[in-house]
Amino acid sequence: METVIGIWESFRPALGSALVLIGAILAIIGTVGVLRFPDFYTRLHAASVTDTAAATLAIAGMALLAPSFAVVFKLAVVWLFLFLTGPTASHALANAAHKAGLQPFIGRVGRPVGGSE
Amino acid sequence: MIGAAAIALVVSIALMLIRALSGPTLYDRVLAVNSLGTKIILLLGVIGFLTGRPDFLDISILYALINFVSTIAILKFFRYRSFQVSLTRRGKGGA
Repeated sequence: METVIGIWESFRPALGSALVLIGAILAIIGTVGVLRFPDFYTRLHAASVTDTAAATLAIAGMALLAPSFAVVFKLAVVWLFLFLTGPTASHALANAAHKAGLQPFIGRVGRPVGGSE
Repeated sequence: MIGAAAIALVVSIALMLIRALSGPTLYDRVLAVNSLGTKIILLLGVIGFLTGRPDFLDISILYALINFVSTIAILKFFRYRSFQVSLTRRGKGGA
């Protein structure tokens, strides 16, 4: 049991840093998607999916790096709030754009049919 | 390695700022600002762990609250052109 805890304590900082780095890379991937996708709705998809996953990964990594339980609790509060408000804000954005008459591109990329611009 | 994560988040914020400044429609800009806020929340936590002061997480919580409320307020204003409208279904032409 002692050796198991010792191995876990030696692996913990490396695992936490790796999770934070994976989350940050996922944030870059989502941003590239937002920059390159052709349409508002596809951009919204890229941003919302990667934001939730990146926040979850980065906060899990920071919880592994945390020195005390109070820090873990604060991280859990931040994660819960992001997990609840991220999809809600995405839904509100898509609903507002749809109600305002913004049409998605239908057809091949590069030659859009029925575009909104 | 956590420094590399901070740099990656800064690069991500800079790229998202391009979309916020050049978005063709209003909704692209709102989406970019909302996503940028999420990345700033993560960056605040990462900076706290980088400098050995996890108290930065309090600022993170506050930023998460303000980010969500500002997104909903901007969308509400640009749909109704006013803040004095009930968002429940009681009023005429509600959500």
